[in-house]
Amino acid sequence: MRNILIVGATSAIAEAAARRFAASGARFYLVGRNAEKLAAITRDLEIRSGQPVHGESLDLDLLDQHPALLERVEQALGGIDIALIAHGMLPDQEACQRSVAMTLAAIHTNALSAISLATLLANAFEARGRGALVVIGSVAGDRGRRSNYVYGAAKGMVGLFLQGLRNRLSGKDIQIITVKPGFVDTPMTATFEKKGLLWAQPDQIAKGIVAAVEHRRDVVYLPWFWRWIMLVILHIPERVFKNLKTIVINLGLQGGLLLY
Amino acid sequence: MSRGGALPNSWGRYPSVRQRSLTLRQASDPIQTGAEQVLPFGNGRSYGDVCLNDGGTLLLTRGLDRFIAFDPTMGILRAEAGVLLSEILALIVPQGWFLPVTPGTRFVTLGGAVANDVHGKNHHVAGSFGEQVRLFELLRSDGTRLLCGPEQNIEWFRATVGGLGLTGLIAWVEIQLQRIANPWIVVEHRRFANLHEFFALNDDYEARYPYIVSWIDCAAAGRTLGRGLYLAGMHAPPGVVAPAPPLRRSLTVPFTPPVSWVNKLSVHGFNGLYYHLPRPARGLTPYQPFFYPLDNLLEWNRLYGARGFFQYQCVIPPESARDALREILARIAASGQGSMLAVLKRFGARTSGGLLSFPRPGVTLALDFPNLGPTTFALLNRLDEVTRQAGGAVYPAKDARMSGDCFRHYFPRWSIFANFIDPCFSSSFWRRVMTD
Repeated sequence: MRNILIVGATSAIAEAAARRFAASGARFYLVGRNAEKLAAITRDLEIRSGQPVHGESLDLDLLDQHPALLERVEQALGGIDIALIAHGMLPDQEACQRSVAMTLAAIHTNALSAISLATLLANAFEARGRGALVVIGSVAGDRGRRSNYVYGAAKGMVGLFLQGLRNRLSGKDIQIITVKPGFVDTPMTATFEKKGLLWAQPDQIAKGIVAAVEHRRDVVYLPWFWRWIMLVILHIPERVFKNLKTIVINLGLQGGLLLY
Repeated sequence: MSRGGALPNSWGRYPSVRQRSLTLRQASDPIQTGAEQVLPFGNGRSYGDVCLNDGGTLLLTRGLDRFIAFDPTMGILRAEAGVLLSEILALIVPQGWFLPVTPGTRFVTLGGAVANDVHGKNHHVAGSFGEQVRLFELLRSDGTRLLCGPEQNIEWFRATVGGLGLTGLIAWVEIQLQRIANPWIVVEHRRFANLHEFFALNDDYEARYPYIVSWIDCAAAGRTLGRGLYLAGMHAPPGVVAPAPPLRRSLTVPFTPPVSWVNKLSVHGFNGLYYHLPRPARGLTPYQPFFYPLDNLLEWNRLYGARGFFQYQCVIPPESARDALREILARIAASGQGSMLAVLKRFGARTSGGLLSFPRPGVTLALDFPNLGPTTFALLNRLDEVTRQAGGAVYPAKDARMSGDCFRHYFPRWSIFANFIDPCFSSSFWRRVMTD
């Protein structure tokens, strides 16, 4: 029976991951902003896990609330085995370009808030001598692109931060796992046309998250093929890349054209 | 909610339509309606066009897949409409409960089971799925939420059970489960040489076994017409120690062949073999192969090729059942079309009260036909002549071709039902049976 904290528990990926963790026995503390959605997920997980599920609704942008939140989690669960940080938002890139405030707000939610929690959780794990921290980054964090660099910059910052944290805690029984999903069919991407083979379902990502914890991985691209796509994308020289309006990946099958 | 351009098919892969889709994620959200008519779509296991909405929008309900309440002492379960029966079984069987009624696949949604008022092998004792429903919430496009049950908003309950998703969106459903001692089924097999023997077996077994179904050889003609296999089962009593079940891995039909692999040759060969295959008269089996023999062959509908297939399921009232079934089987055998698995079962007298519910007293026969174009349509129309004259009906959940005239004859309460249709909801099926 593992004690699992999920921050951003109402996200589609987090919900799918929670169900998979519940199947092998888990006690949860769920944190999400929308109380109604959180209540529905809490009831569902209580039935699936056969255990009472703890949780609270909280605006995670309020960084000064984070220490007290973790104290409440410790009290309810008595030590965290796995923490999944899954909250985030996809900002409107063009609106951000016109508004410094929106750009900083997006970076606040997607990067600073995750970094604040990761810092506190890593210290708690270090004091306890064990724990697994899983943070959802994005393939968008691997390279800045004109279509979503505000989101990408925040996710990139989180990735770099976790890399350092992982180095700092290396040699201890503590895992720091960066998950980099590609395109996932979730409410966050509701406005996209979801055609083509590159779109994954939240449960595929959840399966990869559970496997990453079991196999003590450091950085996982989900689904797996994104590792190779990003390898190619990272090796395109900047003077070429900056002029590419779209990189068209033609997978041939299903006429699967996708604009990256 | 999210929009998608994917075009879900029905299980028979016929007809092919153009429609948009909208994924629902929160049972508490209102229905977004625009200029287009909408229709709830669960897991796409209905065969024809009751789950399709040509030119409109499908509300994909699989995202509404949360359990809401489960009382493990009373066996009462409430869940959102997009939960699959397979997910319910995974939760309840280890806790000593079972679905009160289950269709022949567990990959259907709870909402779909209500909207089609599905039935199972225990119809003669338990009735249809709608009879097991204690309560559901019906969400209308105007934002109204109606709690419906056998004692509450009864008229809406009767319209929505078997109502083909047209009365609004079923948001969640509460059902009463049945107690089981273990996941095993005691099974008995008998061969019957003709329909006369089938009816004699029913008279003997129906009082003793809650689960009964028969396979019938629809390729047999002349002296062997109506031969088949009789299968009876019951939940194993407490204390049964069964051997560990063999690990059964699912197979998937990997692609759709251009022409059907189900043809005259394969049907004759398979049916003859299946009839003569030796089987133990009595045994124990896990519940999965007993209730869901085809669920282990994923996407088996692809075997019928790119043109898809039809299923014809009719029910014939008791008084005319023998003659009408003989005539139907003779017409199928003479046509040379027909299927591997034709299924025969006697319904009981119980009814859920659904205005468009299919189950009614009599004998039901279900078979698949690869879509060979006009010859298949002509054969099915010839079968409808017999069904109609015998006072029977055809199952909308499996239909893609019956005439509107036949539908209105089979379901005379359609005109009462029509008053309950949500003004923003429609389906390819409904438009078809209302126009021709």
